[in-house]
Amino acid sequence: MRAYIPGYELCAPKTLTEALERMAAEPGRWRPFAGGTDLMVLLEAGKLHHRCFLSIWRLRELRGIMIASDSVMLGCLTTFTDVLNDEVLRREFPLLAAAAAQTGGVATQNRGTLGGNIVNASPAADTPPALLVYDAEVELLSSRGSRWLSYHEFHTGYKTTRLGADELLARIRLPRNTAGFLHYYRKVGTRNAQAISKVCFAGVRSQPSGEVRIALGSVAPVPLRCWRTEAAIREGGDGLAALAAEITPIDDVRSTAAYRLRVSQNLLKAFLHS
Amino acid sequence: MRKVPITLTVNGQSRTASVWPMERLLDVIRQQLALTGTKEGCGEGECGACSILLDGQIANSCLIPALQADGSEITTIEGIGCSEELAAVQRAFVECGGAQCGICTPGMIIAAVALLRQNPEPSEADLRQGLAGNLCRCTGYMRIFEAVMNACGEGRLRH
Repeated sequence: MRAYIPGYELCAPKTLTEALERMAAEPGRWRPFAGGTDLMVLLEAGKLHHRCFLSIWRLRELRGIMIASDSVMLGCLTTFTDVLNDEVLRREFPLLAAAAAQTGGVATQNRGTLGGNIVNASPAADTPPALLVYDAEVELLSSRGSRWLSYHEFHTGYKTTRLGADELLARIRLPRNTAGFLHYYRKVGTRNAQAISKVCFAGVRSQPSGEVRIALGSVAPVPLRCWRTEAAIREGGDGLAALAAEITPIDDVRSTAAYRLRVSQNLLKAFLHS
Repeated sequence: MRKVPITLTVNGQSRTASVWPMERLLDVIRQQLALTGTKEGCGEGECGACSILLDGQIANSCLIPALQADGSEITTIEGIGCSEELAAVQRAFVECGGAQCGICTPGMIIAAVALLRQNPEPSEADLRQGLAGNLCRCTGYMRIFEAVMNACGEGRLRH
């Protein structure tokens, strides 16, 4: 059932400083609201339990893609369309571009943001596996200051994160160390567009160095970087068995645990033979 | 909570509305601005019936809180063409039978216009990708694709 709309508060601070100050003054009261592609769906279903939001959509400080010599810095409001329009991202981080292209349709890509995709913390989100294999770091910003975390440390459990009540995920940093890597991304859903993943696989590997990085979505309570599977592959062990031990897929409305396990292993095989 | 005033440029005209901040832009467009060409299908961003151009980009108006649209420029289906003067895409939909029950049509036209503005000569793959966010419950996709291709003057899907 639809929510009672007058019961919700949405304010639009004019600056990032103002937004952070409001979050600091009443920790936990205000939550950021970006493009709305997830939150409005919850609202419409009567499942948006939090009531007070700060619209950060117009905050210029949180936009933009900055290319430095050793890294790419993405404002949290970088939309999927922004990712697709950026030549450096398409060339050096093709899995992120592939994930962006397969998230919703064009209308969703125009409004959905990387920051929102991360903070919404759905294990089925499409960009997190790509961000995980690219060793992304995230900046958590509050009026107390800024701290950087490795993205793989950000999710602590199903829909829980290390984000403090007064903190905003402001930027994402991707190290530019993917030259010569082979990149593999595959989203398995019920159809090509507009579907939420049953399984989402991102992997990169380097033939000469033997380096391999793997992350999956929809197979655990969090988007999962598969360290143990990577180690098994590097050491010449049984990657498929390691993956089966590392992921914890469940039966739910979109798929079954058994199907997800089988597909995950098949995608790992395809990746290793790609 | 109280209502707040917003100003929008809708189809080239400045309009004001008094809205609940979290009210859906779709409802403001249909009920306050009385522009009922924009339809509601799923109400959750899956079907594209409520598509509009927001600052030139296609958006699902059911997923936009009215407050976030304050100060923006909106084109609805009424701004694309009227019955006296249809846009090329609209004429092509008529000629090719691109509309059946009509619910998806305004959104499809908006999506087609958004696509053709960015990519005046789309391949079939571009076209399918560009319209992927718009569902037709009559499943009349082939004629819709044909219409869009005809609108860009190529007629590549004509049979």
